[in-house]
Amino acid sequence: MTADVAVLGAGMHPWGKWGRGFVEYGTAAARAALADAGLEWRDIGSIVGADTVRGGYPGYVAGATFAKALGWQGARVASVYAACASGAQAVNAARAQILSGLADVVLVVGADAAPKGFFRPAGGERHDDPDWLRFRVLGATNPTYFGLYARRRMALYGDTPEDFAQVKVKNAALGALNPYARYRKRVSAEEVAASAVVADPLRLLDICATSDGGAALVLSSMEFARRRGAADPVRIRAVSTVTPRYPNTVLDLPDIATDSAATVTPPDETFRASIARAAYEEAGVGPEELSLAEVYDLSTALELQWYEDLRLCGEGEGAKLLREGATALGGRIPVNASGGLASFGEAVPAQAIAQVCELTWQLRGDAGDRQVAGARVGLTANQGLFGHGSAVLAVR
Amino acid sequence: MVTDWFTGDGDDFRLLGTRCSACASVFFPREDGHCRNPACGGGELAELPLSRRGRVWSYTDSRYRPPSPYVSDPELPWEPYALIAVELESERIVVLGQAVPGITVADLTVGMEVEVVPGVLGEDTETTWTTWHWRPTGVTA
Ligand SMILES: [Zn+2]
Repeated sequence: MTADVAVLGAGMHPWGKWGRGFVEYGTAAARAALADAGLEWRDIGSIVGADTVRGGYPGYVAGATFAKALGWQGARVASVYAACASGAQAVNAARAQILSGLADVVLVVGADAAPKGFFRPAGGERHDDPDWLRFRVLGATNPTYFGLYARRRMALYGDTPEDFAQVKVKNAALGALNPYARYRKRVSAEEVAASAVVADPLRLLDICATSDGGAALVLSSMEFARRRGAADPVRIRAVSTVTPRYPNTVLDLPDIATDSAATVTPPDETFRASIARAAYEEAGVGPEELSLAEVYDLSTALELQWYEDLRLCGEGEGAKLLREGATALGGRIPVNASGGLASFGEAVPAQAIAQVCELTWQLRGDAGDRQVAGARVGLTANQGLFGHGSAVLAVR
Repeated sequence: MVTDWFTGDGDDFRLLGTRCSACASVFFPREDGHCRNPACGGGELAELPLSRRGRVWSYTDSRYRPPSPYVSDPELPWEPYALIAVELESERIVVLGQAVPGITVADLTVGMEVEVVPGVLGEDTETTWTTWHWRPTGVTA
């Protein structure tokens, strides 16, 4: 088990299609997190940014871009890219600096202004890029993969489209209570069923949208937190950033095929399950101790998969757990009390950070109408394209 | 467009992977650099035609036009196609591909047998891009 780092501050820019640049969202989130921590930007020794593409610039930027917008002050800077796990890797980089003594207090920021419609690869003929290949050779969008997982669950476990719709109903009801969410309207099962099929069996309201958004955290050493009068802060106890293990036998974004299991025995857990297990092991905490979880609900069906991968229930029992109400607010283990991506949409570099913001507010008891009563232990789970795990375990 | 991913015509059509001479791991799309089995010291990677037939692992379709680099004619109405992930038994590998034109999700079930056939991905005035398609066995159209 490693030492804790303190979460001194959390902040967000409301998500939605605001038509502004990512720098504005990230800077607003950063200022909110600093204010929440009771710190000035000049007090910050290090900034870590979760990367995004800057329009017109052939590459990824983040840390220094936010530092410039906040005012150059000579802080240590880092930028990290790990697709949807970028935010978790940014948290992990900040945590490593704190635990190694390189920095006392670190600002972590992620923000993006997402394009409309399907995510798509960068331009050009890029035959060495699996993301380019799956679009060019198969026309396989992200919802293609969500549809494959959903259909597989129906065949294996008897999940139904009505089960999937109930995930949206649950998350929309929670998002309606969250001032930072993009969608703040309850959704009925009938509305899900009436929305257009995107990738059979999933409909428009089963699949998360793309959004603009920003999220930020101020992390510090426990010693720094004590000096600042924060005797009992929310603490990050584990960050999982694992890769899959060979052979990876679940067809995964953006790949056209799995690894072969013909000659090497596959690991006895999937990649997604290993992401959560790594966090549990590092924290010395088990799934039965969780008060809540924030999981990566790119689709409604995928949220059910996460229940099993987080070991909130047995394999194939995700829909049963949902039907019992266990994952709703007031249930045994609320999942996506924030409203999840169903209510926020995707702003890739920000979403793993936003999950930790929600844990922070929940563990402090500051989550308002969507508060999980008595929350003490929370887990986030996420997955970055190209083999990046992402989970953060926080305690109070 | 993709070099040496498939070969042959009619009943001789095959997807082409590679196999490691040291650990016998199979790769598709072909791996020509180094064996990716972390427990393998590394062997020669030789071309390997994959099984023609497999079983449906899962399937879906694409009701909206995918963005580029997928090529489709924006002048024509969008025709959804099915996508099938197929598990090849002897290789124990799952390979995604489009279904042959005319096969919809209503024709498919998880576990049913399909076979690989040559297909056309798209064409313009200069080029016809060939590809592989999955077709339920017993369907000849
Ligand atoms: Zn080998």
